[in-house]
Amino acid sequence: KIETLKVTVDFLKVPLGLKKPPLKEALAAVPGPGRSKALGLERHKPRRSDNMDNESQYSGYSYKSGHSRSSRKHRDRRDRHRSKSRDGSRGDKSVTIQAPGEPLLDNESTRGDERDDNWGETTTVVTGTSEHSISHDDITRITKDMEDSAHLDCSRHLGVVLGVALALLAFLTPLAFMLLPQLLWREELEPCGTPCEGLFISVAFKLLILLLGGWALFFRRPKAFFPRVFVFRALLMVLVFLLVVSYWLFYGVRILDSRDRNYQGVVQYAVSLVDALLFVHYLAVVLLELRQLQPQFTLKAVRSADGASRFYNVGHLSIQRAAVWILENYYHDFPVYNPALLNLPKSVLSKKMSGFKVYSLGEENSTNNSTGQSRAVIAAAARRRDNSHNEYYYEEAEHERRVRKRRARLVVAVEEAFTHIKRLQEEDQKNPREIMDPREAAQAIFASMARAMQKYLRTTKQQPYHTMESILQHLEFCITHDMTPKVGERYLTAGPTIQYHKERWLAKQWTLVSEEPVTNGLKDGVVFVLKRQDFSLVVSTKKIPFFKLSEEFVDPKSHKFIMRLQSETSV
Amino acid sequence: PSHHNTEYFLSLQQRIEIHKLRQGDNLILGFSIGGGIDQDPTQNPFSEDKTDKGIYVTRVTEGGPAEVAGLQIGDKIMQVNGWDMTMVTHDQARKRLTKRNEEVVRLLVTRQSLQKAVQQSMMS
Repeated sequence: KIETLKVTVDFLKVPLGLKKPPLKEALAAVPGPGRSKALGLERHKPRRSDNMDNESQYSGYSYKSGHSRSSRKHRDRRDRHRSKSRDGSRGDKSVTIQAPGEPLLDNESTRGDERDDNWGETTTVVTGTSEHSISHDDITRITKDMEDSAHLDCSRHLGVVLGVALALLAFLTPLAFMLLPQLLWREELEPCGTPCEGLFISVAFKLLILLLGGWALFFRRPKAFFPRVFVFRALLMVLVFLLVVSYWLFYGVRILDSRDRNYQGVVQYAVSLVDALLFVHYLAVVLLELRQLQPQFTLKAVRSADGASRFYNVGHLSIQRAAVWILENYYHDFPVYNPALLNLPKSVLSKKMSGFKVYSLGEENSTNNSTGQSRAVIAAAARRRDNSHNEYYYEEAEHERRVRKRRARLVVAVEEAFTHIKRLQEEDQKNPREIMDPREAAQAIFASMARAMQKYLRTTKQQPYHTMESILQHLEFCITHDMTPKVGERYLTAGPTIQYHKERWLAKQWTLVSEEPVTNGLKDGVVFVLKRQDFSLVVSTKKIPFFKLSEEFVDPKSHKFIMRLQSETSV
Repeated sequence: PSHHNTEYFLSLQQRIEIHKLRQGDNLILGFSIGGGIDQDPTQNPFSEDKTDKGIYVTRVTEGGPAEVAGLQIGDKIMQVNGWDMTMVTHDQARKRLTKRNEEVVRLLVTRQSLQKAVQQSMMS
């Protein structure tokens, strides 16, 4: 009986010239009593794909397996993007997320106070490159990267070196102030008893505090490379430099030239410098850390590809710092970007453009005609009864149903799989062959839920994110920590980007596009864009409104109640 | 007045016609009302049934048009010029009584004393 149905389908193929008649049409063509057989045919279809799934089971479980052409296309695009990003990361000419395992400087403990490891951010980059978004020509981009990388490394290191030098200078100056008289005219100095010793101790401790404070404030791994000079840090550097230079000037003139005898005065001079440096450090704390804490603006970050958006509260930051803040939060707030989910199914869209042909009758004025033509086409297309929304709706409903069914199967499979193993208790007597470590246990139970997991991931188009290896690792992790089977929910929804394997989904190269200079502070209405190859994040700023809180005093004794009286009105 | 002899309804009703008195800019009737569906019925001293949210006469001005027409304190107003007053808010009742273009209002009221009198006479 199925053969007769097949015949019908083939017959339909011929006159219409279609490649694959949709099954619904074929069903509609079949007369009533044949309906049940048609259902049988429909059920055959998914089973066929099951067999195909079985073929590709464990060996090809990584993203390279797969049968649909569209997913392969996506994979090719992604591979190309990855190679692009790898080449691009060599030249850091834009905001870059640096993996935490790479400190910029060596770990030397006895460094100065104002030393700042983040000086790597003070790259003074040529204006053009930081404002450009993506250059579409791969070759020019790669060569530009290779040229710029050398130049930028130099300038970044220059900034670091400058900062370190200044810090050392500031740190050693008080010591120099105190030592030079001793070295140069020791015999002529007045003896200086307890006050000097007290001052020595205070200098020592203050320098120690400066050291620790500087370490706490500045000795940090850079989390990003900013495209422009960091204004506050530059300001502080200049301030320290001026301070030290002016102290040296006075020292040179008043003390060295005239060979001042009063050693206590010299020591007090040195102590005053240390105090001034401490206050500069305080200023640094306030400018760099405290000012941005109080929230002043709400930033809305919207991903251009799929519209996912989040709101963040930040304080006074420059645009580039706000950009880094947004990126830090992006990786754990936004669900991972899945290009496969973006496209409407082809069947819905394909019908739209089989539109109208426009014939021009006798008019030779081509420019007028083209706009007139296109407008006519659009108007006609809009008026035409278009049922693609219907198809979209039914496709969505069908997809939803399928996802739910597979999800149910997956959940059951995971639960059952976890019942197969249990932790070894002391009193269980088992021979060593049966005792497994977490890895083996994970492999043992993976088999029973592999198929359900694979089918679910395929349906939700998440299969590129989870290789078999990553699933096994996660299982191992769960088993080791005695987690319940509910941790399979990690696969049920798309999680934030940082959850997935570092190499594939953490791009290091983001470009900041902004109409205003990026060292400007945030203001109400500022919009900037963080671009990546596949998509961009559009960030807009809004000032948090000024709240007028007024006070109302309520005496607790004033809470009194009465029954509702009948009101009486005279008429 | 028509009377039906049931125990559950205040069915004894009286028609009262009040001619409004002009006092300056206002037309007054000379009594006060209380009650309404938005009021608390348990506060009504005149109603027999304490869930009755109808409009009751709470005061009658001496010598005013209402007293002259025969309205008594404690009367429940059932209708005003044909408008029902048993399921109205207090403000709606006031509005219906104080329409500026009406000089005469015809009320349909009912009174406990009337009912009691009839019951007594029926029993005896």
